Amino acid sequence: MRPTLSIICFTVLSGAGYGIWLVLGLALALVWPACDAPFVNPSGGTSTVCWYPPLREHLFVAGFVLVTAGLLFSLGHLGKPLRAWRALSQWRSSWLSREGVAALLTYLPALAVVAAPRIQEWQGRRFPPGTGYTPWVTDETMSLIGVVLALMCVATVCCTANIYSSLKPIRAWHNRFVTPAYLLLALHTGLLWTWVLSALPNALVEIDAARSREIDAMLIALALTSLGLLALKSFYWRDVDAGSRSGTGRATGLESLGEVRAFEAPHTEENYLTHEMGFVLARKHARKLRLITLAGAFVAPGLLALLALAFPTARAAAAWLALVSGMLGVFVERWLFFAEARHAVIAYYGR
Amino acid sequence: MTTLPPPAAKKLGLVIDLDICVGCHACAVACKEWNDGGDFGPLPDADPYGAEPHGVWFNRVHTYSVDRGIGNRESGIGEAATCNGEARAASTIPDSRFPIPDLTVHFPRSCLHCETPACVTVCPTGASYKRAEDGIVLVDDDKCIGCQLCAWACPYGAREFSSARGTMQKCTLCVDRIYNETLDPADRQPACVAACPTRARHFGDLGDPDSAISGLVAERDGYALMPEFGYKPVNKYLPPRPRRDGCNDNDATASSVSREETLDRDQLPGVLRWLDRALSR
Repeated sequence: MRPTLSIICFTVLSGAGYGIWLVLGLALALVWPACDAPFVNPSGGTSTVCWYPPLREHLFVAGFVLVTAGLLFSLGHLGKPLRAWRALSQWRSSWLSREGVAALLTYLPALAVVAAPRIQEWQGRRFPPGTGYTPWVTDETMSLIGVVLALMCVATVCCTANIYSSLKPIRAWHNRFVTPAYLLLALHTGLLWTWVLSALPNALVEIDAARSREIDAMLIALALTSLGLLALKSFYWRDVDAGSRSGTGRATGLESLGEVRAFEAPHTEENYLTHEMGFVLARKHARKLRLITLAGAFVAPGLLALLALAFPTARAAAAWLALVSGMLGVFVERWLFFAEARHAVIAYYGR
Repeated sequence: MTTLPPPAAKKLGLVIDLDICVGCHACAVACKEWNDGGDFGPLPDADPYGAEPHGVWFNRVHTYSVDRGIGNRESGIGEAATCNGEARAASTIPDSRFPIPDLTVHFPRSCLHCETPACVTVCPTGASYKRAEDGIVLVDDDKCIGCQLCAWACPYGAREFSSARGTMQKCTLCVDRIYNETLDPADRQPACVAACPTRARHFGDLGDPDSAISGLVAERDGYALMPEFGYKPVNKYLPPRPRRDGCNDNDATASSVSREETLDRDQLPGVLRWLDRALSR
């Protein structure tokens, strides 16, 4: 399959964006409710919402930018981008349509993460204590929003992966490892971005024991996703290499007569099918590119995470290095995912 | 709606006879010609007169060689490398640098109007649909967003994207001909079928077991392409008939050419023996 820049950017960037929001959702649900100090609102009334480090908003903004950029890139692949809204209608049968619906719905809990405390803050100013106003955004509310956000991110990335894994004519995509790999890659890239954002000045205000524990947990998670993906992609490539490719005899139904070979092509120039589905460059260089993916996307960030666990002073530098290496590696991974895949129709052309 | 309609009794489709298709591409050209001016709008090409012309065709004719382990004689009549278990010297054409295929099969490839087509269910907009009344798979050009997912979903290469129009194009089974009451009833068939000079293409209702083309499929063991995908193609292909392999020279079925090979010259009268020798030079 021809690796189209728009689709590679769509899946990598939106994947990373949903990964960041997944981390944000999980942090809201699991880590941050156990806060030390309640949020103090400027008018004097105390809120029921915990104080969160600015990292929460950093994560929201980074996720928003990456998800939106990815979705805009996906429009670039369309022949008629102005009709894109029509793609929301066929969620009953189409994974692409489900992906569109899920992607838009995920904006709601993500926006709620930053909007809910603000609305409450504004209401707190308008209705000072004693006016009978009961604050409705509690830590439980925020945890619930976090859970919904995390679930919606997982659902959206699953839909994205299923667009590809549901296509039977492309054997490398119709594979049991494709959806788990998409999910884990989203989480992995989400953690890489979270690490960099947490290392920004003032993102965590001050690193006390609790924050330090959170960072360690994040680094351990990153080392685990690196290890998991290293195994997952290796299994995936073993699967892809092991299967037999559909030959011309099989495709034409003439295999019982003898060995079938393409004798004359139907056209002298390239056509849409050979251009779109007859991409062979990647399969030629597959071994090298796979090693680049494994080293850049998984091994380097994993080792850097372990390094940062051992030497906390090197964290900021390691975070940026891991992000650059990891994102470049994931771009190569996604390029290979498309470029290596062989479409069944190519058997008719004997390629 | 891209969910599939309930299975219909009527399944319009084509039956293509690979035994007699001569690979003239008349079907492909007639298809392009009709659909360029048909109800579905033009089929514009990119760079049509330039160095790299590029455009949508609904029908593509491939040609395959089938290697059966047979050496061909100059006449084109096959000769098995082994005959009744005994090895035979390979006979190729002297001075020819090109091996002659044992069997050449011309193979027109177009939309098979599957009973359960994935190209329809993957469509996010409802542009791609299967007609409930006759099973024809169509694209609504006004709804198509050109995401090309349907082309990826089809293992038969039935769909091509028109960069000039920004939408997906495919065989319509000439739905604008077969029901067209302004045409003479004899012309109410797909353009490819009407154009075929060897009548290798047949159009009809494959859902009706008594129809003429269902009879052809039953008689000639018509088959569906790549049934393993489970999309249940409606169009069927009739396989090439068994070829002579040169082993059965004395059989009643052997050709006159084969029979001449067994001629015993010594039994002939002198004049004919001379004639045979002169003609054999």
